Amino acid sequence: MSAEISNTDGPLNSRTWEIDREEGRTVQGLKDASIEPLAEPFIQVPDDLQGNLVVTSVDALINWSRKAALWPVTFGLACCAFEMIATAMGRFDIARFGMEAFRASPRQADLMIVAGTVTWKMAPAIQRIYDQMADPKWVISMGVCATSGGPYYGSYSVVPGVDHIIPVDVYVPGCPPRPDALLFGIMELHEKIKKYRNIGKSARPPISEQVTRQTTQLDDGVPGSPTNSQGNP
Amino acid sequence: MPVRALTGEDLAQRLSEGVPASVERWEDEVVWVDPSKVEHVARFLRDDSSLDFQFLNAISAIDFIEYFDVVYHLTSFRLKHSAVIKTRVHGRESLSVPSVYHVWQGADFQEREVWDLMGVQFDGHPNMKRIMLWEGFEGHPLRKDFL
Repeated sequence: MSAEISNTDGPLNSRTWEIDREEGRTVQGLKDASIEPLAEPFIQVPDDLQGNLVVTSVDALINWSRKAALWPVTFGLACCAFEMIATAMGRFDIARFGMEAFRASPRQADLMIVAGTVTWKMAPAIQRIYDQMADPKWVISMGVCATSGGPYYGSYSVVPGVDHIIPVDVYVPGCPPRPDALLFGIMELHEKIKKYRNIGKSARPPISEQVTRQTTQLDDGVPGSPTNSQGNP
Repeated sequence: MPVRALTGEDLAQRLSEGVPASVERWEDEVVWVDPSKVEHVARFLRDDSSLDFQFLNAISAIDFIEYFDVVYHLTSFRLKHSAVIKTRVHGRESLSVPSVYHVWQGADFQEREVWDLMGVQFDGHPNMKRIMLWEGFEGHPLRKDFL
């Protein structure tokens, strides 16, 4: 935020106007840009490197260590968060998968569980947290609200699926999903991580830049060839 | 705590004694007051020892197309009674009602919410701006003519 609260007299709203407008522009810009769901993250490997024995073994080891210590970022938006908390507690015990360390900082986390309704006003914050997470990173969309807007689909304030603003790996349906359902989603993600290839990977640009790029293309009138939102070859 | 609702008749009588020419009409348990006298009425309701409405439960608004009703729910914990005060503003554009922020500070966010979703301004509010939607959002989504 570049705007500041001025020291002149008058009601608070007339002094914070610039901050509010800047926030409004950010939210509206993101809303206008995010009209299509982003593609599922997918990393391609050059043909001549496919099936390389040494690399696959290294991959298996790296992926095993990644899947066995997947740290989620503390991120609850609505009632689904309580089911996520229940999943972390003793009865369901997410620690069995090496995931009990819910990190308060996105810098230390690998997984974002989007638990709850995503509003447009929250969307820039979610995008920023996602960008702050270190690669490789995964996203679980928990519950129908995060997956498609759910009961709020078509609402003026709710994002029609968090995949409009960040790429999602696993969708867990339910309203809210029971902890068992979330655990199943997590185990599906483990299977996905096991298949991850670690070579031929290019650094991903921040998702906020990708969304802007997509709109620029649409503005130029290039008819909807599905762009690879990950910026991979 | 059992709370007794004051009747509109009783309330209208006490209000017209306390704040002259403030009551427009009354019904069962509701009194409609003149929009321009809302702050005086609020101050009287809070400070009069036989009414003693120290607590503002909620401010809400109702869209009747031709006019809006702004509704104040009040409770007195000491006298264990409650009241409903309404005020009616006609039209759909540039509506405003005096703010009761300086009587009950809890009105701050409530009035901003009414402005955000229903589009009724509150004069004298120290920070009258949208609370839930972002600045630049067009319209007030809980109005009957939104979409």
